[in-house]
Formats: sequence, C-alpha cells, structure tokens
Amino acid sequence: MSTIEIRDLTKNYGKTTALSNVSVTFKENCIYGLLGRNGAGKSTLLNIISGRTFADSGEVIIDGVNATGNDSALCKVHLMSEQLLYNPSLKVKDMFKTASFYYPDFDMEYAMKLCSEYELDTNRKLSKLSTGYRTIAKAVNALACGAPIVLFDEPVLGLDANHRDLFYKHVVNRYSERPATYVISTHLIEETAGIIERAVIIKKGEVLFDKDTDEIRSMGYSVSGKAADVDEFAKGKELMGGDALGGLKTLYVKGSLENADIPEGLSAEPMNLQNIFIQLTNS
Amino acid sequence: MANFDGEKPIYIQMAEWIEENILTGVFPEETQIPSTTEISAMYRINPATALKGVNILVDKEIIYKKRGLGMFVCSGAEQKIRSERKQEFCDKYIKSLISEATKLGITKNEIINMIEKGCDGNEHN
Repeated sequence: MSTIEIRDLTKNYGKTTALSNVSVTFKENCIYGLLGRNGAGKSTLLNIISGRTFADSGEVIIDGVNATGNDSALCKVHLMSEQLLYNPSLKVKDMFKTASFYYPDFDMEYAMKLCSEYELDTNRKLSKLSTGYRTIAKAVNALACGAPIVLFDEPVLGLDANHRDLFYKHVVNRYSERPATYVISTHLIEETAGIIERAVIIKKGEVLFDKDTDEIRSMGYSVSGKAADVDEFAKGKELMGGDALGGLKTLYVKGSLENADIPEGLSAEPMNLQNIFIQLTNS
Repeated sequence: MANFDGEKPIYIQMAEWIEENILTGVFPEETQIPSTTEISAMYRINPATALKGVNILVDKEIIYKKRGLGMFVCSGAEQKIRSERKQEFCDKYIKSLISEATKLGITKNEIINMIEKGCDGNEHN
C-alpha cells in the first residue's frame, strides 16, 4: 500500500524540456495507464520516480517521505525499464535472485511458475534471449518482486499477441491477489483500456489530465454526416478534431453524448479511450 | 467468449453479460456465478471495474452476495431481466428499425409483411 506524490517536477536534457512542472498523484492499489506520444516524457517520469535519474527541480514523495536519495523509500518501487538494468551475462533465475536481495517479498515460486507458462528457460542467459523473451523475463521479475509500487515501461514490447494476452491476465490476477500500485506506460491503449482504472495522459512534458478511464470515455463523441449538417450541429460546441472525406464530415465534439441532442440524419457514436487520446494529443 | 471492447463503459457491458447469461440459463437462479476475480482474469479487466458491474446487479436485486461464499442469482431474476428487456425492446430495436426503413423508403406495410414473414420462418424452425 503506497502512494506516489509528484510535485512540480521539471527535467531538461540540454535544451530539451522532458518534463515541465509535472504534478500528479498515483494513489495506492490502483492500476494506472501512463499514456503519451513518443517523447512525451513517460520514461523520464518513471525513471525519476524510481531514482534512476534526477529531476532538475521538484519532488517525488512516496508515502509522505521525499524519495530522492532515500533508499528505504526507493525500495518500495520497482521499475521494469525498457533497458535491461541487470548484467546481461546473468541467467534468468539469477536475475530473480538478485532482485530478491532488493525486494524481500520477492516470490520465487510465482516467478518460476510464470516462466513455465511463458515457456521461458530460466537457465538461459539474459543476453541470449530474444527481444520478446527478454521483455517477458523483465515482466515476470516485476510481477513477482512484491514491491508496493511497480512501474512498467512498455511491458509488452516485442511480445506476440498470445504473450501479450497472457501478460494482461497475469497483471489482473496478481493485482487481485496482492493489490499494489501499478503504473503501466504503453502505446497499446486499446489492449490495456480494460485493465487500467485511471489514465494519466502526458503531452510534451506536461500532464494533460489524470482521470478514471470511464470518465475519459464520456469526454467526447463523434458526429458524422453531410458536411453542412455536421458544421451546423457543431456551431458553438467545443471540438477536439475532425476528418472530412468528400461531402462527408466527422467531428469530434467535447462533452457527453448522453446529453447531446443529435439531429435526424447525423450519426453519433461514443469515442473509445484510444480515439480520445489521439484527438487530444494531436499536435 | 464475450469481449468487453464496445463503446459502452466496461462495467455496464459486464453487467449486461451476466444478465445475458442469466436470461439464457447459463447462470440459473439460486446458483453461484463466477467471482469478480475470476471474471476479471478471464476477460482481462480491472477487478475494480468488475466489482462495479456486479454492484449494479446487486442494487437491482438480480444477484446477491452470500458472505464468504460468493455471488448467487436471485430467484425471480430471469423474469425481472426479461420484463426490463421487453421495455427496452421498443427503444433499441423498433425505433432504429423504423429509422433505417425510412432511409431505405420501406413502407409501413412492407415492414409489417417482413416481420410476419420473419416470425413465420422462426416458428417453422
């Protein structure tokens, strides 16, 4: 049971701003989706939370304690990073052993069980694994570590559809058995939409919003039909974007579809999480 | 297998999925239904979402919780769902049928004929 509070975090890489005054709270025992386009600052944020890199200014507070340079606070966090943070000459099972030194609640039996489900040979060296299996090894390590905060940075990179599906099942199962705070950074929004309870969307180093996924779904809807009719309907309404094809037009309108009075001849549909994400993060 | 990827909120889809299974007899009255943990693992949905879906049905007295045992279908649930669905039938199917028919220039009599034909076909089966 752990909470992460991020206050006014700013990070620059040379002249590039990776994060700009980011403040967001990850409440305990909730599965978060951290969504953003390439270069939005997702990995930087996760790296700062887990103490792998330092912010220029701002604070990361874990369970009320400033986590910067604080080992006991950082021990509550596990980061499954895109990079391999272990010595590549280690065997998979030795990576688990190493992790169990840092995470006293590491569940070795569970890790071995998952490996057999993925048909991952734990005697193989990390350097000898394919991209997909290296991801699986890191994902198993993260699921088994027992830390109250687990950050997953692109956890399904290089995984085939079957393995991705298996991973989502394991996330849900593990979370049901041993609730923890999960932050999953991913581009596969459609696939993870059912799993995440809240989404934090970042755009160009700033938090766009932090909302329940159900709430995000009701943020907008699409209206399509004859261009003139659609334009007439959209008058005075706030728009997220749109598409046109010949005389046909689709506009993405902000607001709830339930309260919208859609005129005859136009068709309206709710937007899914991915669609809303795309409209809101288009530059 | 159901797939909760529609445009409706997932907890509503899940509640509808359970109702559908009660209606078709997959979950008979006074029998136990799968736990939220089982449902969320099977369909890869957040356990909190699954719980939200279940709670809708508990509030509607479609299912009830037995402490320490799990969730069971209320007796009379099937009838309750059926009468609710009948009420929705007009909104959901008849209105959209008429709007589509109007678009295609199908007359009222033609619709009635089609429905009669469809119903007769079903009865023969």
